Order: sequence, then structure tokens, then C-alpha cells
Amino acid sequence: MPTFDLATSELRDLNSALHSIPAGANDLEYEILNPRGSHAVAVGCSHPLNISVMGPVGYYCGGMNSEATISVKGSAGPGVAENMMSGMVVIEGDASQYAGATGRGGMLVIRGNAASRCGISMKGIDIVVEGNIGHMSAFMGQSGNLVVLGDAGEALGDSLYEAKIFVRGTVKSLGADCIEKEMRPEHHELLASLLQKAGVTGVETSEFKRYGSARTLYNFDIDNADAY
Amino acid sequence: MCGIVGLFLKDRSLEKELGCFLSDMLVTMTDRGPDSAGIAIYGQEKAGFTKVTIQSDTPDITFGDFERRLGDLLGKSSALRLKDSHAVADVPSDRVADVRAMIDNLQGAVRVMSVGETMEIYKEVGLPKDVVSRFGIPAMSGTHGIGHTRMATESAVTTLGAHPFSTGADQCLVHNGSLSNHNNLRRELKQLGMRFETQNDSEVAAAYLTARIREGMDLGEALTSALDDLDGFFTFVVGTKTGFGVLRDPIACKPAVMAETDQYVAFGSEFRALVGLPNIDNARVWEPEPSSVYFWDRETNAAQTLAA
Repeated sequence: MPTFDLATSELRDLNSALHSIPAGANDLEYEILNPRGSHAVAVGCSHPLNISVMGPVGYYCGGMNSEATISVKGSAGPGVAENMMSGMVVIEGDASQYAGATGRGGMLVIRGNAASRCGISMKGIDIVVEGNIGHMSAFMGQSGNLVVLGDAGEALGDSLYEAKIFVRGTVKSLGADCIEKEMRPEHHELLASLLQKAGVTGVETSEFKRYGSARTLYNFDIDNADAY
Repeated sequence: MCGIVGLFLKDRSLEKELGCFLSDMLVTMTDRGPDSAGIAIYGQEKAGFTKVTIQSDTPDITFGDFERRLGDLLGKSSALRLKDSHAVADVPSDRVADVRAMIDNLQGAVRVMSVGETMEIYKEVGLPKDVVSRFGIPAMSGTHGIGHTRMATESAVTTLGAHPFSTGADQCLVHNGSLSNHNNLRRELKQLGMRFETQNDSEVAAAYLTARIREGMDLGEALTSALDDLDGFFTFVVGTKTGFGVLRDPIACKPAVMAETDQYVAFGSEFRALVGLPNIDNARVWEPEPSSVYFWDRETNAAQTLAA
């Protein structure tokens, strides 16, 4: 198992190594020591690696990830897993603002809280937050699922397209065009599969409410001018 | 961008290392702004005296003359403590107004960085590593301090445009963000008698808090009222003689991380700034909430969070 100690080696060398996995390589477990809040740790991975980051990271950890499974044993700064394509990123602590922003696929799991703008402009990513999320989360979310076991902040799902939001706790306020929707059997099934994939146990899908788009802002309508 | 740091010590045994910790924290934040850097340190008090920290672009010529004038004014020789382009004068607290009038008469040859019983501010154009080494910050001890490295947006890159800004005795503020109603506020604050040295938006925020505190508010109340009156983006860290406060605007797009242990409360724009602090691995680390005032006070031993 290759180990990179960021106290003694350069971040650029780490990311270069993660980007140049030889065809047929079978040792795909990487351990990263002493990240000490470094930015851009393990960004742009495109192989099915299994990466353990042993401490807190700064901005953009796991950004643009495809296929890799990245686990951070600490907290993450802004923009974790930004524009993720596939794979899985797990943050054992809290995540700062715009976690999973613009993500197109894969799953982001945050065991602690996420700050503001979690899942902003999400485009297919699944995000599971075990704690709370901050304001303006899932703003303009186009597709994918945001699951929150705790509470959501102000203006949840503002200007939402077709992303689905499931919240177990309270919602401080819903954003423009975001409404509560019925939990039909297919939603219980979807939510159960997301929770299982995220390794969350001990909660029932019946404890959640579903939120989605009222679809009144899709096209410009002068009567909606106040909502823009 | 801009990078800000702050450290408020609870454990007196760390006081000797305050300057060292703050310097390391600020240097780590260099990437966030290379234009100018500054640090405010709350150090030892000398009963009956107030520290006036001054700056000159021509210290070799100016400070000798200043020392002589100060001696004439106070009726006894008073040595300045010289530190590169800055100098600290220990002035009897009842003569501070006279000294300020004397400095005004020098018409810009000497600028006042700070006035306070314990606070000294050192700030210059340049990188944090150069600024902290020019002023010997790592060797300074104290109870609490804040620092800033600037990426300029709202006003010129000058010494006076560097943070921290001080608009009242022992009060200072560092700011990451930009205010949009600072011109109006500056006019209103001038009518209340506040004095401004720059066209900078952050100086207005500092003066705003000073004006509210002068009206009788404590730091927590002043920060709470700032949420109603300041328009724009901000993460502030502020210091008073005994207190330390943090405030983020409702949008909260400017980053902030805090850490607390039995020994200290620390603030950084990024977690990277905090990694060198003692026992950081076991600290409670969190992101301060938007529109919430956090402040700590040494005298009342209070830590408070006010959700607005």
C-alpha cells in the first residue's frame, strides 16, 4: 500500500502519482498522512483507487473524482468533491461550504455537518449528510439526491430543478419554488438504497420528508418576476 | 480573498509564545493575500500609561525628531521603543490627547497605528513573513492578538490601508470581504465625531464598532447591531482590551474556521492556519455560523454565542 506523507512530500507529487496509475496495477490502496488542511488533496482521480486521508483537508478535496473511493478521517474545507463524476467520497468530520457542488455522479457522505450551499447546482450526485446542512443548499439542483439526517438551513432547494431532497429534521425555510412532496413507495425505496449505500443504519425512511421543485420557475413568466 | 487569524489565550503559560503562534498562523495564510500584512498584539499593561504606536516611511529621520518633541511636550525625556518603521511611545494616559494633537501638527510625517493600554499594531506593505520578521513579532508575548494578510480590493495598497484597523483605544478589527454601504456609513460616523484615515471599507466597520461601544454597548452587542447596519460580505475578527470576537455576514461566503481547547480559542480563514497550535488534534473545531456573534472576554471569563 503506497503511503504519502504530506509533511515530507509535495502535494503535486501525490496527485501526479494518483493520476498515473499504470494499466493492470493491482495495488490500489493509498494512504495519505499529515494532510494538515492542504488544498486539492486527491483531486482528479480517474481510477478505482481506495484512498484514506488521515486528517483534515482544505479546499476541493476529491474534486472531479471518478471511480475512486476517498475517505477523509477528519473535516474538509470548502468545495469537497466538487464536480465529482463517480466513485465515493466520505468525510468523517464536518464539511465547509459548497460540498458536492455541481457533482454529476457518485456519492458524497458527510458524517458530521455540512455548511452553506451543500449540493449547489448538483447534477446527478447523491449526497448524504448525517448532521445538519447550512443555508441555500441544493440551490438550482438539477438532478441527484440530497439526504439530510439532521436539520436544513434557510432557503433549501431554491430554484430547484429535478434534484430530490430528503430531510429528517427541521427545515428553517424553503427557497423559491421548492415544496414539500409526498413520499411515495418509490421514494422510500430510493431513500433506503441511498442510506444503505452510505452505511447509515438505525433510521427509517418514514422519518424523512421529501422536497422537490414546484416547477413554476422553469420558464420565465412575468407573474413570477418577484421570485427571480 | 485576504487571510485572517486570531488567537485568544486562556492558559497564561502560553502568553510568551503568542507572537510566535500568530506569526506562524499568518505566514501560513500568505497565499490568501500578498499585498500587506499586519498584527495587533495585546501585551503587558503599564499602570497609568498608554502605548501610542506610530509609523513613519522615513523612521531614521523622523523618530529622533519625534522623540525630542515628545520630551518637550511631556516635560521629560521619553524614549521611543523603535521597531523598524514603527515605534511605541509610553505616554501618561492623561496626555494622550496632547500627543495626538502634536502628531496632527506634523502633517502626516508620523502616522498613528494604534493607541491603547495593552494593544500595539504593526502593519506594512509586503508579505507576512517579511512583516513579522521586520517587527520581531515572534518574540512578542501577550494575551491575545489578531492578524491579517491582504488582497486589496476597496482601497490603495498602503501602510494605512493594511489591517488591523484601530479606531478606538485598545480596539482593532480585521476583515475578509467587502462592504457596499461604507461611504454612507462613513458620513454618518463622521457626524458622530469618528475620525478616518483612509477610504477603506474595513476602517468603516472598525469605526462603526467603536462608535457603538462608545455609546455603551459591549462587544457582543456592537457586533449584533453590525448585522443590521453593515451591507456586504464580511468575516470579522475583532479585539478589545479584554475580549475577542468573530462575526460572519448572513451569506457567509468568506471562509472561517475556529478551534477551542482549555488553553485557547483560535480563528483562521482556513484550517491550515491552525495546524501548528498545541494539541490541535484534540481541539473542538467548527465553522462559525452565519449571522452569529461569537465572543470571549478575559475579565468576565465569558464565552458567548448570540444567534441573531
